[in-house]
Order: sequence, then C-alpha cells, then structure tokens
Amino acid sequence: MTASGSAPTQPRDRRDAAAGGGVAAQLRISRGEFHVDVDLEVPQGQVVALLGPNGAGKTTVLHALAGLLRLTDGSIGLAGRVLDDPAHRRFVPAEQRHVGMVFQDYLLFPHLSALDNVAFGLRARGAGRGAARATATRWLERVGVLEHADSRPRQLSGGQAQRVALARALATEPGLLLLDEPLAALDAATRLEVRADLARHLREFGGSAVLVTHDPLDAMVIADRIIVLEQGRVVQDGLPAEVARAPRTDYVARLVGLNLLRGAGTGPMVALEAGGVLHVADPVDGPVLVAFPPTSVTLHRRHPEGSARNVWQGTIAGLEQHAHTVRAQVAAPGHPAVLADVTPSAVAELDLAVGAPVWLSFKATDTHVYPA
Amino acid sequence: MTSREQRRGSGIPPVLLIPAGLALAFLLLPLVGLLVRTPWADLGTHLTQPAVLEALRLSLVTGVIATAVCLVLGVPLAWVMARAEFPGLRLLRALITLPLVLPPVVGGVALLLLLGRRGLIGQHLDDWFGISLPFTTTAVVIAQAFVAMPFLVIAVEGALRGADRRYEDAAATLGAGRWLTFRRVTLPLVAPGISAGAVLCFARALGEFGATITFAGNFPGVTRTMPLAVYLTLETDPEAAIVLSLVLLLVSVAVLVSLRGRWVSGASS
Amino acid sequence: MSISKPPSLASRSRIAVAGAAILLLTLTACGSDEADDQETDEATAAGGGASEVTGDIAVFAAASLTDTFTELGEQFEAAHPGTTVTFNFAGSSTLAQQIIGGAPVDVFAAASPATMAQVTDEGLAEGEPTVFVRNRLEIAVPAGNPAGVSGLEDFTDEDLIIALCAEEVPCGAASVRVFEAAGLTPAPDTYEQDVRATLTKVELGEVDAALVYRTDVMVAGDSVEGIEFPESDGAVNDYPLVALAEAPNADGAQAFIDFVLGDAGREALGAAGFDLP
Repeated sequence: MTASGSAPTQPRDRRDAAAGGGVAAQLRISRGEFHVDVDLEVPQGQVVALLGPNGAGKTTVLHALAGLLRLTDGSIGLAGRVLDDPAHRRFVPAEQRHVGMVFQDYLLFPHLSALDNVAFGLRARGAGRGAARATATRWLERVGVLEHADSRPRQLSGGQAQRVALARALATEPGLLLLDEPLAALDAATRLEVRADLARHLREFGGSAVLVTHDPLDAMVIADRIIVLEQGRVVQDGLPAEVARAPRTDYVARLVGLNLLRGAGTGPMVALEAGGVLHVADPVDGPVLVAFPPTSVTLHRRHPEGSARNVWQGTIAGLEQHAHTVRAQVAAPGHPAVLADVTPSAVAELDLAVGAPVWLSFKATDTHVYPA
Repeated sequence: MTSREQRRGSGIPPVLLIPAGLALAFLLLPLVGLLVRTPWADLGTHLTQPAVLEALRLSLVTGVIATAVCLVLGVPLAWVMARAEFPGLRLLRALITLPLVLPPVVGGVALLLLLGRRGLIGQHLDDWFGISLPFTTTAVVIAQAFVAMPFLVIAVEGALRGADRRYEDAAATLGAGRWLTFRRVTLPLVAPGISAGAVLCFARALGEFGATITFAGNFPGVTRTMPLAVYLTLETDPEAAIVLSLVLLLVSVAVLVSLRGRWVSGASS
Repeated sequence: MSISKPPSLASRSRIAVAGAAILLLTLTACGSDEADDQETDEATAAGGGASEVTGDIAVFAAASLTDTFTELGEQFEAAHPGTTVTFNFAGSSTLAQQIIGGAPVDVFAAASPATMAQVTDEGLAEGEPTVFVRNRLEIAVPAGNPAGVSGLEDFTDEDLIIALCAEEVPCGAASVRVFEAAGLTPAPDTYEQDVRATLTKVELGEVDAALVYRTDVMVAGDSVEGIEFPESDGAVNDYPLVALAEAPNADGAQAFIDFVLGDAGREALGAAGFDLP
C-alpha cells in the first residue's frame, strides 16, 4: 500500500473528467413509507454536495453508496465495477468497496489513538504495522494534526477530530469519498477554518466525493456541484452559482435567501400562481420561476411613487432580526407572501409591527426569471 | 454555571438515601458479624494449614479457568443474542438465565445426569474414551462455569446492545471484515461490560458450592474448593469455618480489585 | 442493517462486585403461633401421656430420620388432637448450630453423640439425652452391583469410584471407625457432605460403592442394593434424643419423646432398619 503523498491535481472543470472513473448510480430504496429515487453521476475528481432538509434521504443515499444499506432496486457502479445490483443479485459489502466515509460525529474508535485510527483502514487492507503507521503519520501531518497522533479521540477538539476522521477515510485511497455533515458538529469559529481546509483536501483528492450537508454555505464553498434532495427525489442539480441564483424550490430559495415566485409568463408580464401580476425585465413565455432578493424589496407607509413597477399593499406577517437587518414578511390577499430586508432604523421610522399595513415595491430589473 | 452543574451532578433525592443506606447496611452488617466473631489470634495458624492453602489454591485456579471458559464461550453467545434476530430469542434468553434461578444442587444433579458416568453424554465419554468427569478438577470447572456463565452472558449482551453499532459501520467502510471488526472494534468497545461480566462470573465461580459438591464431589486437592472446606469445617468447628470464610473473602476481594483494575486500565490505555 | 442510532453515552455502569462465600444459616422459623387451646378429650387413644398436650412441637432431627419421624409425627398428632409437630430435618451439626444460635426448639434428635454434645455442652438440654436407636453402616452399590463389590476390602481398590461421608459428619466419623477397626485404608474419590448426598451418588450410578446407614439403603428402594459387612459392628452409631431446656412447649417435648420411645416409635424405627437399644 502506498501513501498518496502527492495526489495529482485535477483540472478544475470536473464535468469533463473521465466518466469511467466516477460513480454512476440509480438509487431506489424503499423502507416502509419512505422511498428514495435518486439518479446520481459523479465524475472522477468531482465534489458533489447533497443538500436537503432533514428526512430528504441524504444519509440514506450515502449509506447505500457506502454499502451499509442495500438497494431495493437500481444499481451502483464505481469506476466500472458494479457494487450493488439487486436485479442481478450482486452486492459488494462495504469492506470490499474502497469507498471511504467521514461520519457526522466522526465515529473515531475511542480505544485507539488518532494515529491508530488512521492506520486502522490500512491495516485492514493488509498493510504491515510499520508501513500503516508510517502512512498514517504522513496523513496526520497532511491534515495538520500530527502533534495529536497519540491522543485519544476524547482528548481531541471537534476540529481536530474532524481532521483525523478525514485522514482516516482518505488514507485508504478510496475511489469514492462520502462525507456525512462533516462540519455540523463544529462551532462557528472552528467551522470557518475547517471548511476551508476540507475544501482544499477534497480538491487534492483524486476520486469522486459526495458531501451531505444542510448548510448552503458549506455546499457553495466545498462542492463543484450541488444536488438538492427533497423527499427522496432530486429537485435541483447544478453548479453552486446556478443554484444560488436560480433556486427551483421554496426550500432552496429559503436556503440561499431569495424570494421565489411561480407563474406563467407572457412577454414582460408574469401571472403569479398565488395571484397578481409581476413586471419582469426580460420577456418570457410559459411557466416560469421568478427570484429576487429581499434586499431589493422596499417598504412604504403610503403608495410609493417611482420607477418600481411591482407595487402592492399588504400587512406585516412577521418580523425577524438578522445580523444588521430586519427581515419582514409581507402577506397580502391576492398576492404571494414576500420577504423584505429593511434596516432597524426603517423599522422605527415606518413604525413597523406585526399586523401593520404597508406597501411594498421592487423593480422589474431586480428580478431573475427562468423557466420552471 | 459551574455551581449549577455541580449541584446537578450530585442531585440525589434525599428520599433515596434512606433505602440506599439500609441496603448498604444489609449487605455489610452480616460481614461485620463475621468479623466480630473472628478469632484473630488463630488467623495465622489457620492460614498456614496445608489443607487450607490447598483449597484456596484450587479455588483460585478453578475460578480463573472457569472464568476463561465463560469468556471464550459466553462472549460469542452474548454477541449472537445481542445481534441475531430469530424467533424464540426471548425464550432463549429466559433459558440462559435458568442456572441463575436453579438451586445449585439441582444444577449439579442436572450436570450428573448429562455428564455423569451414566449421563446422556457422559456414558459415551466413558465408553468411547474412558473419560469420567465426576470427581475430577475438570468437573469443578464445569460446575462453576455452568452457574457463572449467565452472569457473563447477561452483562456482555447488555453492553453489546448499548454499544454504538455505527462504529462497526465505520470499520466496514475502512475495509475491515466482520471478524477483524469484532476483534478490533466491537470487543474493545464493550470491554467494560466484559470485565464487569467476568468479575461477576469469577466471584460466582469462587463462591460456588452446591453444584460443585454435587457434580464434582469433595476430595482434598482435587475437588475440595474453599466453600466446600468452609461448609465441612462448619460441621465440627464453627470458629475455624469463620476464619476460612474470612480468608476466602479477603482473597476474593483482593483478586477482584486487582483484576478489575487491570482490565479497566487495559481497556482504556 | 441499521442506518443510525443515537450515539450511546459511552460510560458503562461500573459494577464492582465482591465475591463472598458466606454460608447463611437459614434459621428455619418455627412459627409458634399459639394454637387455639382447644380442650382435648380425655378419651385420647393409647401411647400418650395423661396430661393434656397441645400446641406446636418443634422437632429438629437428623436427616436420616426424615421418613420415620415424619410418619411418627402424623401418628402423634392423631393420638394428641390439638398438637402440630413441625420438623426441621438437616445434618446433625447444622441443627446443633441452629439450636446454639437460638432457634426455638422443643426436641433435638441427633445422629451422633458428638453432635448432641455440642448442644449439651452449651447447657441447652433438659436432662440427659437418651439413646433411642442405633444405626449401622452398610455398603451401598448401584442396582445390579456393576463393579462386583463384595466387602469392605473393595474400598481400597483405586480403580473403583468410591464415595464416603465426610469425616466431619456422623456417618463419615462412623466410616473412619469402621476402617480403623478393619485395618483398611480406603481410596475414596469424594467425601460427601451428608449421607443423603452420598446415597444420591449411588442412586445415579456415579460411584461403584459407598458407605451409608442401613436405614438409608432401605428407603432408597430398587436403585440401590445394600451389602452387610461384619465390620459394621465396630462402629454402630448411637442416636441421642433430648428435650431442650428452653423448649417453648416443654410438655409437648416430653410427650413426643415418650411417644418415640414407646411402642409405636420402636415399631416404626425398627421397620426402617434401625437397631433398637
């Protein structure tokens, strides 16, 4: 077993990476009332983030890929090797898959030192004691926790444990690396640093990687591509920038902090599903989605006059203090609910309170319209 | 903040202290009775009697072997019971605890009926191999293991059920097969449960009387363990019997404390 | 295959256990709830004393007396309506310990003078004990005598599996006297804790021969055969009987002793295989 001391750097555009080395999976899993139906292709070298609310089936997908859970139907292939195919009675157990996994709470073996945790996989795959420890040492150094090589997991901080878990998974040189909420257990300060490092290590890692998270920022920073799962199905699949700009579901829109409205376009007008008509900048036809940031919405006590084409009256349904702004939810009969970000001083000036009547306005040019 | 945590840490409802104290007194006062009646002056004399040393040595040796047998056979059984799912599991668990409720003398008779010279299996052992188990040191170990194994199985099964099985998943993703995972992950994780079970098991084996005297008989140096020596001494010389029980008590406590210390530190170092 | 379990709070409860071999002598409680003193008819049947005897009578008797005394107890109760005889059968030394420990007892029947002496030495007996029966040892072999045991000499055969009572109990002490008198050194494989345990080994066929009381061979039935041997004369065991000084029911105690020493008692004990003095 050789240490992958210097993993080759992959070309940035991983979409073009050789499909032969990556993962191709049709995942059909039924467990009682819960069904997962996800098609997943991850080229070699690509990092995919699975984003979704709790219970969307993200972890189920990971466990199926890892071999900890059998498919009900479908198949999993990794680098041309069939790992699971119930129709052909084929199932490669986890220990023979060469799929690495970083668990949510890391699951470092509490009775082994950090070094022995990392060496465990190498030993399991037949490396001699000395060779395994040497390789493990290099990996600990690489993730920056070499000084904790002899520490027990319970003596490690969250960030250190995460690094050891990453080193443990990478040391066996898996073809596919799975990460289940690798940053969820960390506090905000540690998270920033660990996230950056994780992104770097995943870029250096040559194989495919699938990362489960419910934090859009993690997904944006770390992943080359985001797949959004809701209720066991893929609802959006695209580059992080696309997902951030053009969310396709309310869940994604909320994550990326955009208002998302549905409607049918006719030229510069969109008839909204929830009622009312929007003016948009680019002429469109057919079913569309309209996204615009809460910061582009302005609130007024009286009917505003100006260039904004989208104006209607409603009442404040909720107020929520954010870092430096207040997010107001405006409900209006015959119109969709809309979020507006205002400053605290505006709240005072306009005497905003739940139930207060307000006018809202936003410009057609601030909207982003795309086919539904 | 800290003071609040400290308060929570030691927040024992006072209403529990009374029964707890009674329980402690109930467990310890009989020992006090033993200590009060002990003729301390004769302690040394009794201790150095060859017959006493012989019985003590036999007790320790057979107790350790019986515990080892229980570990080798009982841990896998506990694993099967904790992990396997099959009909009749509950019934099996009830049956396994049978030696706990069975009067030991009955257990000894049961062993005779199975492994004795005319027993179900014993008769064939005798016919084919010329092996006769009763009245041998092996029989002492068998009797002790029979009554003590449930303690180990129950303790280890509980530990296995309480253990986080996802560590085994983690081991699998690292390429470890089931046997390696069992040895290097599962066993160390349940080490505290195993050591607790082994300690219980050893203690029970050391105090075993009824099944031993029934199945293995009583012969100095071969099958006369400390409890048998204590019982027979009680027939003629109660004071000497008290001394002997005290010796057994002290040695047991010493062994248990040292073994436990070693196991626990071994599991965590 | 499970997906996720909540992480266990790792610390296992630490169970510290100390093993102790403490033989708790269970004092068999002889509940002496004052039986309703119903006036008994003076027309009670034979065997009984003239004075009216009522209430509970607690009798501690050697294990070898179990069957005979149980039968005699029933006869006594029939002869003395209003009485209840409660027995505690165990090894004589155990019984002696319980009596010394304060058990409320009316009558003590021991299987040897030595165990009786433990009680009388403590000054707990009312008067001198009476030897009421004698028991002699007999060789017990499994049905069919598979090892072909014929006499006491066979007890020196290393190849035979032999059980003897432990020296500490009366039948063991008697065995020692027998072998001394015969000038033989036995080669036993086990010293059993009492005569019943010894007999059980014979009944199960686990031993080729054992020395037990003749009375035990008689109650064992078909699974055990007895072989008499001349040397048994050298170690006949005396069974002493006594009322206790602190007997809760002194009249009852005396009545029961009289009954055992009387015709009914002699008949039952003789039938059970005891020698009568």
